[in-house]
Amino acid sequence: MSLPKVKQDATDARLSALTLPAGGWADPARKDALSRVQAMGLPNARDEYWKYTRPDTLVSAEVQDAPAIEAHEAPIFGERDRLQVVFVDGVFDAEASDDLAMEGVTIERLADAPDIHWAKDVYGVLETRGQTPVHRPLAALNTAFATDGLLIHVTGKAPKPIHINYVHKGAQSDAILHHVVKVESDCQLTILENGPAAARFNKVIEADIADTGTLHHVRAQGRDHDRRAVTHIFARLGSESTFKTFTLTVNGVLTRNEAVVEFTGDDAKAHIAGACLGDGSFHHDDTVFVTHDAVNCESRQVFKKVLRNGAVGVFQGKILVKPDAQKTDGYQISQSLLLDEDSQFLAKPELEIYADDVACSHGSTSGAIDEDSLFYLRARGVPRGLAEDMMTVAFIAEAVQEIDDESLQDELNERVTAWLARRRT
Amino acid sequence: MLEIKNLHVKLQEEDKQILKGVDLTVEAGKVHAIMGPNGSGKSTLSYVLSGRDGYEVTDGSATLMGEDILDMEVEDRAAAGLFLAFQYPVEIPGVGNMTFLRTAVNAQRKARGEDEMSAAEFLKVIREKAKSLQIDAEMLKRPVNVGFSGGEKKRNEILQMAMLEPKMCILDETDSGLDVDAMKLVSEGVNALRNEGRSFLVITHYQRLLDHIKPDVVHIMANGRIIKTGGPELALEVEHNGYADLMAEEA
Ligand SMILES: Nc1ncnc2c1ncn2[C@@H]1O[C@H](COP(=O)(O)OP(=O)(O)OP(=O)(O)O)[C@@H](O)[C@H]1O
Ligand SMILES: [Mg+2]
Repeated sequence: MSLPKVKQDATDARLSALTLPAGGWADPARKDALSRVQAMGLPNARDEYWKYTRPDTLVSAEVQDAPAIEAHEAPIFGERDRLQVVFVDGVFDAEASDDLAMEGVTIERLADAPDIHWAKDVYGVLETRGQTPVHRPLAALNTAFATDGLLIHVTGKAPKPIHINYVHKGAQSDAILHHVVKVESDCQLTILENGPAAARFNKVIEADIADTGTLHHVRAQGRDHDRRAVTHIFARLGSESTFKTFTLTVNGVLTRNEAVVEFTGDDAKAHIAGACLGDGSFHHDDTVFVTHDAVNCESRQVFKKVLRNGAVGVFQGKILVKPDAQKTDGYQISQSLLLDEDSQFLAKPELEIYADDVACSHGSTSGAIDEDSLFYLRARGVPRGLAEDMMTVAFIAEAVQEIDDESLQDELNERVTAWLARRRT
Repeated sequence: MLEIKNLHVKLQEEDKQILKGVDLTVEAGKVHAIMGPNGSGKSTLSYVLSGRDGYEVTDGSATLMGEDILDMEVEDRAAAGLFLAFQYPVEIPGVGNMTFLRTAVNAQRKARGEDEMSAAEFLKVIREKAKSLQIDAEMLKRPVNVGFSGGEKKRNEILQMAMLEPKMCILDETDSGLDVDAMKLVSEGVNALRNEGRSFLVITHYQRLLDHIKPDVVHIMANGRIIKTGGPELALEVEHNGYADLMAEEA
């Protein structure tokens, strides 16, 4: 089957600007991914899955300029006891990174892992599974062309989190990173991520969580106004495993975060949550696809968006319950707080259920700040701006609370409060 | 303290006049009560004084300690010493009671050019005051008014008043929804705050509250105006005879 000409041309243009990293165990997976990209073609505005978000600047051969801006504050998570790994414009920074050694975890780099590697059972494998029933060509592009990334094998209870800090310097940097995480039975890890990463960033995480394994993932995407990013997280969950991911996004002209979660073992739990604050030319898209293919699993999607000055927020969330996935508990809520009439929230919640004994619910709302609450706060002497900020933080609290670790909740709330205060003055 | 002259107020959205010339002066250190039939404009008066949107002052004035308050922002009126205990306190999910009150106390102090209260000091003071109103620590941690019973909400209003130490306190039906014991508690809370620098305007339907909080002056409001002013005995008269006679007198 051949692609429409426009799509074919755009795909060719992008591919001709990239070179396949050569050598090693990942070779077959990369070549396979490349042929998938060629068969699917890269997304364009006509694709149903990209109805609310224009993919052209994520696909184009050239990168739109995005100068890195001065940070207002020290990087988030910086004060914690953690193992830090730094990438600058997608390039590993050995100087700034900690020693890649921690009890219970083996960390290697995609760019220099030995020839035969455990990761080959995961690399591109979960991404490939995630290509049905919906195509995600930018993830396949990532598998083919990723220049680096971390290969994290969790074989114990990690004593501290791995913190991946993505520094952005070049105004035209185009970074492609691919991480693989394998959590063994009874093992546990928290991954923290932050930073604007690059002018354009394409990132994939594949997380394979064995029976009774636990993975927590908390990230803060932020800062640079003009940066663009498309990220995918593919998670496969074994029995009684737990996966919790939360993303806070502030700033960024275009962000598309996809989470593709598949339950393959019974009694597992996945929480996928996010909050974003957008101002002006900000466009943020959360696209989530949860597949229940096991019994008695629980999935929760909680997304909150605060939008102003014409910012746009998108939520596409789907829960697919396969015929044998009885006793599924699926929940999904997406809400937006529109601070003015120019901002827009576009939501497409979907349930597709083939099992009969399930409890699934979803909801989506959009609204302004509650005037009665605002008056109440002001009548007690809280100035209007501060009162609005308090209500904004309160609005996203329900999503932030999806994070288990309260100190992380607090740290994110502080960031949000500081961001709001800077906007106010 | 509070001087209201010939106050005329209509709804912003529709052509409906609600206050039709209210005259009322509350002296420093005094407690005034307002009674009056449902819909006579009592809450509207309290909202207009505190600056809620949706009303338009078409005539008249209101000053707090000589300062015109009608043009001030809501928060500035609060910092100037005005406090309204709401007839229907608002539930605000996600905003912690403590955080809210500390922010409010310090915002007011800042607006007045005073030093902010430290977290430790705040904690000490609020614990003390909450205890006397029988508000437990767990309630303080909850989001503002969320899941509070009607009576708990009213007690929370009085706690806020005690923390903010306003000059002019307007209590809009603080007694409604309170059981007998809670009414006593709340009244004690209010009485503890009485001093010569602080005034109260107590809106109520029932004489019973006024047994606990003894008013100096009682006003009857009907159809957007104060139709009669007298001593505490006026409240008793209303209790026994209702408003019909008073309104007939007026007409
Ligand atoms: N925002 C509004 N929209 C429409 N009507 C209003 C509004 N606010 C007040 N009113 C009307 O104004 C009149 C006075 O209302 P208000 O709440 O001040 O009465 P009240 O004296 O406090 O009554 P109650 O004793 O029942 O509390 C009523 O007829 C009410 O319906
Ligand atoms: Mg009323």
